[in-house]
Amino acid sequence: MTVAGTGSPTGRERRPLGVRGRAGGVPVALLLPAVLGLVFLVLPLVGLLARTPWSTLPQRLAEPGVLTALRLSLLTATLATLLCLMLGVPLAWLLARVEFPGRRLVRALVTVPLVLPPVVGGVALLLVFGRRGLLGGWLDSTFGITLPFTTTGVVLAEAFVAMPFLVIAVEGALRGADRRYEEAAATLGAGRWTTFTHVTVPLVAPGLAAGAVLCWARALGEFGATITFAGNYPGRTQTMPLAVYLALETDLQSAVVLSLILLVVSVAILAGLRDRWITAS
Amino acid sequence: MRARVVRTVAVAATLALAACGDGGSTGAGGSAGGVTGTVTVFAAASLTESFTRIGRDFEAANPGTAVVFNFAGSSALATQITEGAPADVFASASPRTMATVGEAGGTDGEPTVFVRNQLVVAVAPGNPEGVRGLADLTRPGLKVALCAEQVPCGAAARTALDTARVTLTPVTLEQDVKGALSKVRLGEVDAALVYRTDARAAGADVTAVEFPESARAVNDYPIAVLADAPNPAGARAFVAYVQSAPGQAVLTEAGFQAP
Repeated sequence: MTVAGTGSPTGRERRPLGVRGRAGGVPVALLLPAVLGLVFLVLPLVGLLARTPWSTLPQRLAEPGVLTALRLSLLTATLATLLCLMLGVPLAWLLARVEFPGRRLVRALVTVPLVLPPVVGGVALLLVFGRRGLLGGWLDSTFGITLPFTTTGVVLAEAFVAMPFLVIAVEGALRGADRRYEEAAATLGAGRWTTFTHVTVPLVAPGLAAGAVLCWARALGEFGATITFAGNYPGRTQTMPLAVYLALETDLQSAVVLSLILLVVSVAILAGLRDRWITAS
Repeated sequence: MRARVVRTVAVAATLALAACGDGGSTGAGGSAGGVTGTVTVFAAASLTESFTRIGRDFEAANPGTAVVFNFAGSSALATQITEGAPADVFASASPRTMATVGEAGGTDGEPTVFVRNQLVVAVAPGNPEGVRGLADLTRPGLKVALCAEQVPCGAAARTALDTARVTLTPVTLEQDVKGALSKVRLGEVDAALVYRTDARAAGADVTAVEFPESARAVNDYPIAVLADAPNPAGARAFVAYVQSAPGQAVLTEAGFQAP
């Protein structure tokens, strides 16, 4: 589980830059599987493009259900990312900067949603926040709040699945950051909070941005936990992945169109933001 | 969805293995009535319990056979079949879904209706909310789950609600009948419109409330041998077994009606 912390995207600056220079003579034994790997990952996306009904695309995109689902997806993924930033950044800081007993265990627990099947996450959320759940029962009887079948429920499901991406990225960035700046700030009289907001956060900004983008993209694609915990209702809990799945029940072409939109949005965000925030650094 | 993908992969893998096995066993002779090998059955989610039992009975009656099931929403199964999933038999919860496979040239001969199913209102054990009929479902504060209209149980629910002139806003539109039922079992909704057979299969976890309008929204279940069946002999034998007296007995016991 410690591997997750050290294998972060920001670990790259410690790697020697000369690797790229020496890559001239790539052994075939590596190149061939690498290309096959790339083809394997990209081919399904090509398949989606090949089967897209381009002629009827405008009408299908204009269907009100599509836009409703897309809007809801963008909204919930963004809210989930904000929630993850509020909770995940302090958590990452704690893991990176504070020695406390059981830190390894905590780190392992934080990364569990990464490997947990999302449906299991949805069931677990139901058992805690559902109407009969540990906290949900109390929320319902005391405040009349029920989370399943609400947009808030979607945000929770997405945040549960996506937060580890943010925590791991930020923790890695914090570990890679030069702590002398923080120490200098402290000796100049800055308080711990000021040091954190004015020195640490700007220092790890690229890692933070990368983590937030990954988190957002994962939230956007969330399916299993959402349908299990939040259900499926157009305009309220039916996000794009759910709409794709249901479209598959009636019309493959609609499902292809919806998938294409999701793909375009994800690739655009990942390519655009990642390039700007990471490789520029 | 992942579960379904895994299931499909499992079915495919089993088929691949069975294909190897078949090569050997056909040489050994189609001794026991000519039926051997794996029969892959794609069946509506609502058939899960009864078909699992029928599958075991069929294997016992035909030594050397193995029945592999892929249970899911009928429409999802139809898409998988028309997209080339290797299956021998398709049992759907609606003639319309079967027709989409037939139009794509996917069935071998005419499908036959082998059972019918009716809707009930599934509520928490003992019916604490006192639901008597569809009109009670519109009560404020009562949470209701329906199937999405794209799947047969949702289409039947729509017909029943329209017949009863009841307009209600469900909290969720589930992708198959099992999804709707599980929300009742978990206590997250107060009621769901599900098939009588699914409510019965849930045993003591739910109470089924019958309502008169369900008679106007009966679903016919057609079954057919598929045109590209890798094991056509096994497929025909399985379809015949489902329609035989022992097969029908299992289905009746599960709450299905004879066609």
